[in-house]
Amino acid sequence: MNIAVCVKQIPDPATPGELDPETKTLKREGKLILDDSDSYGVEMALQLVDTAGDGEVTLISMAPNDEVSGLRTALAMGAAKAVLVSDPVLQGSDALATAKVIAKAVGRAGDMDLVLTATESTDGYTGTVPEQVAELLGWPSLTFAKHIEVGDGKVKIQRQTEAGYDIVESTLPAVVSVTAGVVEPRYPSFKGIMAAKNKPVDNAKVADLGLTEDEVGWKGARQEITSIEAAPERQAGKKIEDEGDAHERIVAFLEQLKVI
Amino acid sequence: MTLPKVWVYAEGEEGKATSATLELLTKARELGETVEAVYAGDDADALAPQLGEYGAAKVHATDHGSSLSGAIGGALLAQLVAQEQPDLILFAQSYDGRDAMGRLSVKLDRPVLTNGNGVDVDGETVSVSTAVFGGNTIVTTAFQGEKPYLAGIRPKSFAAEPSGGGAAEVATLDSVGAGRAAEAQVLEHHVEEQEGPKLEDADVVVSGGRGLGSADNYEPLVEELANILKGASGASRAIVDAGWVPYSKQVGQTGKTVKPKVYIAIGISGATQHMVGMKGSDNIIAINKDPEAPIFSVSDLGVVGDASKVVPKLIEALKAKS
Repeated sequence: MNIAVCVKQIPDPATPGELDPETKTLKREGKLILDDSDSYGVEMALQLVDTAGDGEVTLISMAPNDEVSGLRTALAMGAAKAVLVSDPVLQGSDALATAKVIAKAVGRAGDMDLVLTATESTDGYTGTVPEQVAELLGWPSLTFAKHIEVGDGKVKIQRQTEAGYDIVESTLPAVVSVTAGVVEPRYPSFKGIMAAKNKPVDNAKVADLGLTEDEVGWKGARQEITSIEAAPERQAGKKIEDEGDAHERIVAFLEQLKVI
Repeated sequence: MTLPKVWVYAEGEEGKATSATLELLTKARELGETVEAVYAGDDADALAPQLGEYGAAKVHATDHGSSLSGAIGGALLAQLVAQEQPDLILFAQSYDGRDAMGRLSVKLDRPVLTNGNGVDVDGETVSVSTAVFGGNTIVTTAFQGEKPYLAGIRPKSFAAEPSGGGAAEVATLDSVGAGRAAEAQVLEHHVEEQEGPKLEDADVVVSGGRGLGSADNYEPLVEELANILKGASGASRAIVDAGWVPYSKQVGQTGKTVKPKVYIAIGISGATQHMVGMKGSDNIIAINKDPEAPIFSVSDLGVVGDASKVVPKLIEALKAKS
C-alpha cells in the first residue's frame, strides 16, 4: 500500500495573517510549519500502511523558497520521503494551478494506491484542491472522511454529511480528504526527528513536471484582486467579572432580547 | 447591468431545496436575466416548484444513482455548459457543492473563486468578495478570461426571498459520463438523531471551545444550554480537531457560518478562524476566563469567569423559569 499525502507548509496560524500590499497575496515569509490539518492525513496514512504490512508514505508539497521545515515534521512522524515543488514562477498560483502541480508531483512520486489530503488548508482554505487533484488524475474522490478503512482493493469511508454520515466506498486508486480529528496525530519521537534529517526530499521545478509557466502563478490564475478593504468593525459591548451572579445578567439580557 | 444567463448548482435534502440553494437563486435573479438551476438527483420534479418560486425558469437534472452526487454534478455541468453557455455558475460552499465545483473547474480548465460572501456584476466585470482574517478584511477578486465564471458562496451570505414564479421546467438528461469519478458509491446513509433546529437555521446557537476543559463538559454545558434555549450547539475548531465533537458542528472559516439572533460562546477565545463564522450574529454573549480573550472585542455581553461555574447556574435559572 503506497500512499501520497499532500501537506502544506504555512506561516504559524498563531500570528495574525497579513496581505502583501504589492502582490496582494498572503505573506508567507520566514519559517513555515506543517499545517495542523495535514497532520491527520499523515497519521492516517502511516496507520493504513502499517495495517497493510507493506508500502510507504510519500509527502507531496508545494512551497516557496525550498522550504522544508514543515516537511521534516511529517518525515519525523514516519513518512519515508517527499516531493517538494518550489519555483518562483508559482507565486500567485490559485487552487487550480496548485492542484495541477500536486497531481503531476503525485505522478512523479510513483504508483500510488491512495492520495490523502486535508479538507482545506488553514491559511488559504479554498477547499477545492482535493477534488481538483482527483479530477486531474482521473480518480474517484471520497471527501470529508471521518473514518477510513482499506481492504480488498477498495477504500471505504464515513463521509461527513449535514444529517450525519454516509458510508462511501470506491475502487483504488482514489483521493480521500480527511476531516480534522479523524485520528490522533503522533508526536515525532527523538529518533524520528534524527532520522528525518536524512530522508530523501526530491526537489522539482515546474518545468520538471511537464507544466508550462502559463498554467501556474499569476498567469494561470485568470483572476485579479481588485480591492482589499477593512470590514465594518463590530463594537464591543459590556464586559463583566463573574462574582457568582453573572448568570443573572445573562438571563436578563436574554429576556431583553425576548429569547426567553 | 446583468449577465444573460446565471446558473445555480442546486442541492436537495429530503425532497426540498437546501436553504443555501434558495439564497443563491435569490441573488442570481439580481445578477442575471435568465436564471436556471442544475441538479444531480432523482427528485428534480419534487424540487421544481420551489426552485421556480425562488427564480429558476428551468432545472437541468440527472439522477446520480448511487454515486457521490458531486462527481455526477460536475460531469452534468461540464456536459451542459458547451451547449447552454451560461455566464456565471454559483455553488454553495457545502460538502457536495465543493465536490461539484472542483470537478467542473478542472473539466473546463477555469478557476473557481471560493468562500465568497458577495458577488457583483459591474459592466463586463464579475467579482466575488471574501472575508479574510476573521472577517476584518474584505478581498474582492474579479474573474478574467473566458466564461463561464465559477463561484463558491458561503451559505447565509444572502437572504432567500421568493419571487413568486411558477414551477421550474424540468429538463432531464438520462445519463452523463463521469468516468472513474462515478466509482465512489454511497452504500448507506446514517442520520444522527438531532434534537432541535439545525445549526444554520437556529435562532440561538451555543458553541463551546477549549475553555470547557474536557470533552465530557460539552454535553452538560453546551448541549444542555442549547436544548433549554431551543437552539443548536456548535463548536470551535480547536475542539473539533481534538475529536470532542464532529466536524459538522464547527463554526468558523473552515466550518459553518451562522447568523443567529443570539450566539453564546462558552470557553472560546475567539481565534480569527472562529470569528469569521459568527461575527454576523445579531447578539453575542461570551463566557471566558481570560479577560484579554479576543472574543470580548465582538461580544455584546462578555462574562469574565469560569464556564463550569457560570453555565450550570445559568441552566438552573432558565429551568426555574420555564
